[in-house]
Amino acid sequence: MADWLKKLSREDSADTAKERLKLVLIHDRTNLTTRALDDMKDELIEVISRHVAIDATEVKITMKHEGREQRLICDIPVLPK
Amino acid sequence: MAARIITITSGKGGVGKTTATANIGVGLAEMGKKVTCIDSDIGLRNLDVVLGLENRIVYDLVDVIEGHCKVNQAMIRDKRFENLFLIPAAQTREKNSVTPSEMIDLCESIRSEMDYILIDSPAGIEGGFKNAIAPADEAIVVTNPDVSAVRDADRIIGLIEAAEKGPARLILNRINPEMIKRGDMMEAGDVLELLAIKLLGIVPDDENVLISTNRGQPVVLNQKSRAGQAFRNIAARITGSEVPFLDINQKDDFMKRLSKVFSKEG
Repeated sequence: MADWLKKLSREDSADTAKERLKLVLIHDRTNLTTRALDDMKDELIEVISRHVAIDATEVKITMKHEGREQRLICDIPVLPK
Repeated sequence: MAARIITITSGKGGVGKTTATANIGVGLAEMGKKVTCIDSDIGLRNLDVVLGLENRIVYDLVDVIEGHCKVNQAMIRDKRFENLFLIPAAQTREKNSVTPSEMIDLCESIRSEMDYILIDSPAGIEGGFKNAIAPADEAIVVTNPDVSAVRDADRIIGLIEAAEKGPARLILNRINPEMIKRGDMMEAGDVLELLAIKLLGIVPDDENVLISTNRGQPVVLNQKSRAGQAFRNIAARITGSEVPFLDINQKDDFMKRLSKVFSKEG
């Protein structure tokens, strides 16, 4: 019982390790830094805004991985006409 | 006969590559397979001491490649199994005294006489690794459940795929059930999810590994050791047998699941 009471009070270090590794591996596999992702986001906003009105504050760009494949996911809300 | 050539690698050093190579080699030999283990860690050889064959070395890998001896003169026959051989690395040479194509030629020259050729790779991602992976038909990645070993394993898995030797299979070494139970060590499932490769075996942390290495008697020969059992299972899986994975948490499974439920929802 004491075991799970202790668990309630802090995050398991194993979970911390896994979460940290998830992020590290994404960057290791793609060579993309957070900074590069931010730059890319700004450039995308600029290009897309030339063609259609978007909500630049809500643009999200994330890296997803399925198995050993990496996928760049970009979520860009388009403003109504 | 045409051997399968398997390279055992890891990226990070000290995770148990040499121990795994020795134990898989002995495990396969115990099953009656004809096996040659090649130590490709030139300058830092160790497979000889782990196998307990260090006193028998006359010629080494570099002697064969430079033509100072015939390949069978450098093949040390094991004391316990007449169907197990070791080609030791050179201890006083550098990694670049061998090239990938020379490694391929060496392995091909004995392929027809063996069932398995196991290559113990040096740590790192440079030339030594490239020499070790060049002749391989397949690769085994050894890692430990810690952040640096897993990160390096991921890197090496990527390089194995790039070399078109994939998909690699994973040996998760030095699992400590007590620490997993406390939530202080990643479980096999976590590591597999991160690395996204197939599992070949889980080896529990077991002091018998050190004791048997002290004696030059691979732990796979110890019928009472859990790590020994794990390596026997791995050897059997390599031959194509379907062996269920060891239950690392033999006891207290229920309590562990219960506490996990509480900690996630509570």
